[in-house]
Amino acid sequence: MTTRTLAVVSAGLSSPSSTRLLADRLADATTAALRERGVEVRVEVVELREHARDLADHLVTGFPNAALRPVLDTVAGADGVIAVTPIFSASYSGLFKTFVDVLDRGALDGTPVLLGATAGTARHQLALDHAMRPLFSYLHAAVVPTAVFAASEDWGAGGVGSELGARIERAGAELAAAVAARPASGPADPFADVPDFTALLSR
Amino acid sequence: MQFGVFSVSDITPDPTTGLAPTEAERLQAVLRIAEKTEEVGLDVFALGEHHNPPFMSSSPTTTLGYLAGRTERLQLSTATTLITTNDPVKIAEDYAMLQHVSGGRVDLTLGRGNTGPVYPWFGQDIRQGIPLAVENYALLRRLWDSDVVDWEGTFRTPLQGFTSTPRPLDGVAPFVWHGSIRSPEIAEQAAFYGDGYFGNHIFWPADHTRRMVDFYRRRFEHHGHGDADRAIVGLGGQVFVRKNSQDAVREFRPYFDNAPVYGHGPSLEDFTRETPLTVGSPQEVIDRTLGFRDYVGDYQRQLFLIDHAGLPLKTVLEQLDILGEEVVPVLRREFAARKPAHVPDAPTHESLVAARLAQEVTV
Repeated sequence: MTTRTLAVVSAGLSSPSSTRLLADRLADATTAALRERGVEVRVEVVELREHARDLADHLVTGFPNAALRPVLDTVAGADGVIAVTPIFSASYSGLFKTFVDVLDRGALDGTPVLLGATAGTARHQLALDHAMRPLFSYLHAAVVPTAVFAASEDWGAGGVGSELGARIERAGAELAAAVAARPASGPADPFADVPDFTALLSR
Repeated sequence: MQFGVFSVSDITPDPTTGLAPTEAERLQAVLRIAEKTEEVGLDVFALGEHHNPPFMSSSPTTTLGYLAGRTERLQLSTATTLITTNDPVKIAEDYAMLQHVSGGRVDLTLGRGNTGPVYPWFGQDIRQGIPLAVENYALLRRLWDSDVVDWEGTFRTPLQGFTSTPRPLDGVAPFVWHGSIRSPEIAEQAAFYGDGYFGNHIFWPADHTRRMVDFYRRRFEHHGHGDADRAIVGLGGQVFVRKNSQDAVREFRPYFDNAPVYGHGPSLEDFTRETPLTVGSPQEVIDRTLGFRDYVGDYQRQLFLIDHAGLPLKTVLEQLDILGEEVVPVLRREFAARKPAHVPDAPTHESLVAARLAQEVTV
């Protein structure tokens, strides 16, 4: 049986971070739902904070350094992606967007993606639908219907059976279904799809 | 193996003085650097083509034509010639002309150019970059290889009964290298024609260059031009060298930190580790450069970028002295000792004429 890879991207900045907390719970829910379907899962967590300087260097030099390259490969080669960002100034954080900006073209083409966001108050939750969703539509990702927002207050009333817990379960089940429905994806190979030159000539 | 330098012709203020050369000063400096390249015993000088400030080299054949008259052995090349936005008819004419003027001492490296506005300024669309490179080069080859050309394509007005003049010197077109940092389609193009592949080898990590060159070599063999290790590979590279390593680092750091392309990003140490940039003693440059062979195989041409980021002319000429006296003689000896006999040298006009004569004899 093939093991599926789940890339979990967290753009939280503090430690411990509620963004990471939400990301982990989404990953757990997805993993559990996949295991119920008899699918083995390997979870690869990407903490963007650890790559803040690598990402800034990439903006300037135009290439990923040796620390960032495997991270980009992990996300591009994943069978499913969980992407969670804090909401800053009405949108995803700059660090999160920088990561998206340096993804290789086509990296998330058709990849099932579950979106999550955190903020201090519930007044920011529409950022998931007015900022995150359009961004991933542009990337041609297959975003699952349920996106999960957690405000600070949700952690107080949280736990199994709570509203946040139920949303996490539902979102995890949706991502698991989408991942299980697709053939396993391999590592990205930029040389795999180069047409033979005679085909290039006759275009 | 050929060694040389390539210049992108940027006019950049010297970060240690804040002063930038005038266009006229920078242009004269580039001419002086090219002449010095021959004086110190290097083989190749290649010049970029740009159509926007802060670059001054819009018309490389004018510059290289002058240099042809000022030098005797120097191979004149480009880095790169824009195959997307130049009319291939004009490239065919200009470089055949330069071939005659220089007595065959010319080859060229084709590139697409990555400056967005240059495409519309020349009536093209950057999204058509690859199709433009493919069609324009197909026409360029026909213009050089056939005396009379009937042609119709997508991007240019058709030609009926057209003869590009002057005809290539001795009936042999200049050798062509194809340069691309990250498009495998261009490596495929180089392989298809049996042309050279030139890896920029400045801005990206060694592992990326390794994969591009490996792909080109495999495709060269696939397209029937001979074994993969006979493919023609050139590499860029970037060095700053002083007798003592610490002096090189201290002197180059402000230029690195403020460089137009990668400045204000990674540290000099990070960038040295991540890319082929080497800042240090002659021995360090020798060791690092010999190491390129470990991941691209035996290759034919090594060009160094030494005159950018506001480095003063005096410093650049000193760099050439050190390269010519202490670095390149050792590299020549060491690369030659490692190269198997069946691996060809970089094509020259003489070798291409000889190959053509040999072919005519067998036919």
